[in-house]
Amino acid sequence: MKRLTSLLITWEALLVVLLLVSSVIGAILSPYFMTGFNFYALTSNIMEIAIMALPMTLIIIAGEIDLSVASVLGLSSVVLGLLWERGNPMWLAIGVALLVGLVAGCLNGLLVTKLALPSLVVTIGTLALFRGLAYVVLGDQAVSNFPTVFTDFGFSTIPGTELPWSGLIFVILTVIFAVVLHFSRLGRQLYAIGNSKEAARFSGINVGRVKLVLFILSGVIAALAGVIFTARFSSARPDNAVGFELDVVTVVLLGGVNIFGGRGSLLGVVLAIFIIAVLQNVLGLLNISGDIQSLAIGLLLILSVLGPNLARRIQVVIARRRFAVGRSKQL
Amino acid sequence: MTTTSHEVKPAKQRGQLGQARLLGLVSRVRELGLLIVLLFIVLIVGIQAPRFLSIDNFVQILLSVAILAIVAVGETLVVLTRNVDLSVGSIVGFTAFVTAYFFKELPQSNLLPGILLGCALGLVLGLLNGVIVSFGRVPSIVATLGTLYAYRGLVFIFASNTTSQVNASDVPTSYLALATTQILGIPALIFIAAVIAIIVGYFLHASQSGRQLYAVGSNPEAASMIGIRADWLVFTAFAAAGLLCGLAGVLWGARFATVDATNATGLELQVIAAVVVGGVNIFGGSGTILGAVLGAIVLGTLENALNILNISQFWLQAIYGAAIIGAVVLDAFITRWLQRAILSGRKKA
Repeated sequence: MKRLTSLLITWEALLVVLLLVSSVIGAILSPYFMTGFNFYALTSNIMEIAIMALPMTLIIIAGEIDLSVASVLGLSSVVLGLLWERGNPMWLAIGVALLVGLVAGCLNGLLVTKLALPSLVVTIGTLALFRGLAYVVLGDQAVSNFPTVFTDFGFSTIPGTELPWSGLIFVILTVIFAVVLHFSRLGRQLYAIGNSKEAARFSGINVGRVKLVLFILSGVIAALAGVIFTARFSSARPDNAVGFELDVVTVVLLGGVNIFGGRGSLLGVVLAIFIIAVLQNVLGLLNISGDIQSLAIGLLLILSVLGPNLARRIQVVIARRRFAVGRSKQL
Repeated sequence: MTTTSHEVKPAKQRGQLGQARLLGLVSRVRELGLLIVLLFIVLIVGIQAPRFLSIDNFVQILLSVAILAIVAVGETLVVLTRNVDLSVGSIVGFTAFVTAYFFKELPQSNLLPGILLGCALGLVLGLLNGVIVSFGRVPSIVATLGTLYAYRGLVFIFASNTTSQVNASDVPTSYLALATTQILGIPALIFIAAVIAIIVGYFLHASQSGRQLYAVGSNPEAASMIGIRADWLVFTAFAAAGLLCGLAGVLWGARFATVDATNATGLELQVIAAVVVGGVNIFGGSGTILGAVLGAIVLGTLENALNILNISQFWLQAIYGAAIIGAVVLDAFITRWLQRAILSGRKKA
């Protein structure tokens, strides 16, 4: 166990180094990197992904996955736009958008827990379903005449700082999630479930209910990300944030969370969020298009699992050799 | 293990035999059910719009399904081993673009080099997936989610260094004819898809490696105990899926004639929908090529029906999603029901 925590610490140390190195490279490559405005651009660009990564961390630690988050984001954005366009007050539109996320997460959760279906398949299905519904709701239209109060929330910074308002939401949520994951009973239960579902059940954890809560949480947060995304681009379109699930999963796995559950920390995920943000920002400053950036993100996703795998294998080989040497000395 | 282990073993084996029989039964029930669903759709839509029932329209449906079916056959091989390949859309897009570009640059070339180029590229991308999953021990969902975006990124890099779009007028008609010509009176696309489905279906059913593929998917531990090299089989399944995607890409370029770097985006959802609707168990170990092809045909028929009934195409993606969820829910219920039926039958005996 001690060995395991030391491994985790080194992973997070590695992430800190990676973050520093990529920032230094960014500063060398582009004179614009170290400016206040760029810090704003860098953070506000990643905030939807960052916010959705928080519940995703909990879900993956509990041994499940939610691939439908980007589609929930798109659907809630479209619902928000439609309700506003039909003349409803903004608070109502936002409320209903969040409710849509709750219902979507509830559907995922019920299918996974009540019918014991694999979350991977369920959420691939709802990935298509929710995105499809977004198209059904708005077709190829877009809503963009949002009130300035709403778009200001998306564009402007907290007075006196270079931090976007969404950044404040992220900070608050991160604190809440960190407390829940690392200092609460529910957090310990998540690790237990991720390590062994059966053992968790036998020790009196209501596995189904915990997972249902996680999926609902993920849905609501994805809808919140949808509201932020809509405000930031001042546009509700059915194809908003297509493919963001890749970035969210990448961030979580790069943060050192084990894809099979049971291991990981929020600190690692937060570090990974900023690494990805810097990476995207630097590539953007170098005029590399978003489609080609996805090559880098995709590779990073694979490497974030492949790297530790290979490291572990090498460790095993070294340990075996030491064992063999030690034994031959004894003989 | 203690000395009692040899006493436990036979019972366990019997349990697993029951499991295998159960899975076989489920897939048979599923294929029959799928046929009934298909007939049902045809009947309902046929009453609403008689032109749906014309032979010409059926050929149209099969034409639109052919490429999807070829990719679904490859996906089935992967899913049978308890894995999934999410990168198929990107591989098809990549090979379609490269093949079309090849014919644009070398219009005098024979068909064969272009076809081989597309297939070889697909194979290489599939091999890469296989290496990452089998030997890098990266879960296939993560690995192929990564390559879905990585391969698509490569298409964009390739396109930004060559041409943004290949048009129908840029490529020789002999290439386009690949999709329109007829073999033995059957449109070539349908013919090729049918031949591939029959060959792979026969291989799965009758060959040793085919049976081993099922074994690896239904019980990996038991499979490794009897000496099956699971990692090589999984590797081969990914390679074969890549190869079939490559061929599908070649045909995609010929059928749609105009291709850009975004072509075949999102195809993976249709393919997984076809495979899952076709009764291939996403946990591996059960399912047939016939089922997967039937699944593709059901989806193609639905798409065609939407067209004919003048329902917005925007519904299509939602229907695919609902079909995936409906199919896995149905599978769960059928499995439970059959399990209960088998158990009660055993009690009586």
